Amino acid sequence: MRAIVTVVGPDRVGIIAEVCTQLAQLNINIIDISQTVMEGFFTMMMVTDTSKANSDFDTIADVLARKGESMGLSLRIQREDIFHAMHKV
Amino acid sequence: MLSHNDIMSTIDMIDHQHLDIRTITLGLSLLDCADPNAERCAQKIYDKICRHAEQLVPTGETIERELGIPIVNKRISVTPIALVGGASETENFAIFAQAMDRAAHTVGVNFIGGFSALVHKGMTSGDRRLIQSIPEALSTTELVCSSVNVGSTKAGINMEAVRWMGQIIKDTAARTADQGGMGCAKLVVFCNAVEDNPFMAGAFHGVGEPESVINVGVSGPGVVAHALKEVQGKPLDEVAELIKKTAFRITRMGQLVAQEASRRLNVPFGVVDLSLAPTPAIGDSVARILEAMGLEVCGTHGTTAALALLNDAVKKGGVMASSSVGGLSGAFIPVSEDEGMIAAASCGTLTLDKLEAMTCVCSVGLDMIAVPGDTTADTLSAIIADEAAIGMVNTKTTAVRLIPAVGSKVGDMVEFGGLLGSAPVMPVHPESAAELIARGGRIPAPMQSLKN
Repeated sequence: MRAIVTVVGPDRVGIIAEVCTQLAQLNINIIDISQTVMEGFFTMMMVTDTSKANSDFDTIADVLARKGESMGLSLRIQREDIFHAMHKV
Repeated sequence: MLSHNDIMSTIDMIDHQHLDIRTITLGLSLLDCADPNAERCAQKIYDKICRHAEQLVPTGETIERELGIPIVNKRISVTPIALVGGASETENFAIFAQAMDRAAHTVGVNFIGGFSALVHKGMTSGDRRLIQSIPEALSTTELVCSSVNVGSTKAGINMEAVRWMGQIIKDTAARTADQGGMGCAKLVVFCNAVEDNPFMAGAFHGVGEPESVINVGVSGPGVVAHALKEVQGKPLDEVAELIKKTAFRITRMGQLVAQEASRRLNVPFGVVDLSLAPTPAIGDSVARILEAMGLEVCGTHGTTAALALLNDAVKKGGVMASSSVGGLSGAFIPVSEDEGMIAAASCGTLTLDKLEAMTCVCSVGLDMIAVPGDTTADTLSAIIADEAAIGMVNTKTTAVRLIPAVGSKVGDMVEFGGLLGSAPVMPVHPESAAELIARGGRIPAPMQSLKN
């Protein structure tokens, strides 16, 4: 299943490294990354493939949410379908 | 390929603009629960609801987590109980409401609708017994919602039922006096009620519906209000275009959730109801959308025109986004559930008369309005009759949900809590309509009914 990981929060050194390490630990493959910093705010989106992940979706969502909390930013994973539904005709 | 901006705009809508799915409602037929013995019928009702709705809440929660979109309510609507209980030899239908309430608690939904009767042309024995049981049913249950359809474009208005409902609302307020007349917040009087409405308190599972069905209600006043910042000072056709686009996005999300829920529960998908349903939260208000269109305060001159544009644009945007649109679909204007409406009513700009005019162009009717506790049953009936007349003549659904909280006076605030919010008590006209209401009989169906 393809899922979108988004990260939003104040910019600092090492955000991408930490998030990617966490995804690697969950065995989630990153297919595409785009990121930008606007007015000191870091936003990143990653298209990921969770089909070989070593945990179920609920656990992954929980782990990432907690990781985000510990890093002081919002980190979440959502199935890709919701974005397609809203933005593609 | 999804763009960074698209993804971030969705995240922003969820985080900061209160985008959510308002309700997944499981419609369930209870026709096969009819039984001459009332206790047995109640047991069948309880068993069937628990059996079919067991997975509703967990499934909703799973979809919520996977898609990352809040699904605020999971609810159940059932066959109008007047039809189910009609076969039972009992005068008191509260026993069925209590069975519904127990089942709703067991499966974990937050409302169950369908303690209802359809009496637009006349009343059966089951309808009469149900209506007389409404005050007890609503005061002895927590999650049960009740509705009565008193008129339709095809049949006219049953003024006997209108007269009775004024009294039933008074009795319900009296029996729930210690909770600010809370029972009345769960009681809707309809004209042209729809059979597939997923929103409470007026949801019931119509007889033309399948055995069970999933209907989804979307929301998103905050998203529309936010989008309007893009078109400040621009002509209204541009405003309408922008609302259409926004409604399209919101409804697509509703369609996705509806399909997922339908597939996982193995229950057919019914409709997406593309209503703008406000909540008392700041930034989730329909009144504030109207104000963003250029009104100083909602309820002033120009409000009806702005609402007409909003209501129509929401429908147009939503229709293409879903394979099946139904329910009430439009903009809701419940006073107590909308932070901007509460403010406008509290300062006296938004009046009952203006709200009545607004119901000519919005999706439903006079909704969640507190009136003084000494408002007579005749006056309540007269308000219902006015609203039903608007629905009947304009071939649209209208509804009345009034709360004459015992002891309340104009200017007081009646608190319900949660999604039901708080309502400023609004003045009604003191002059009587008692003679009109006492006449009873029927208002014949209008010319619009003769289409064949």
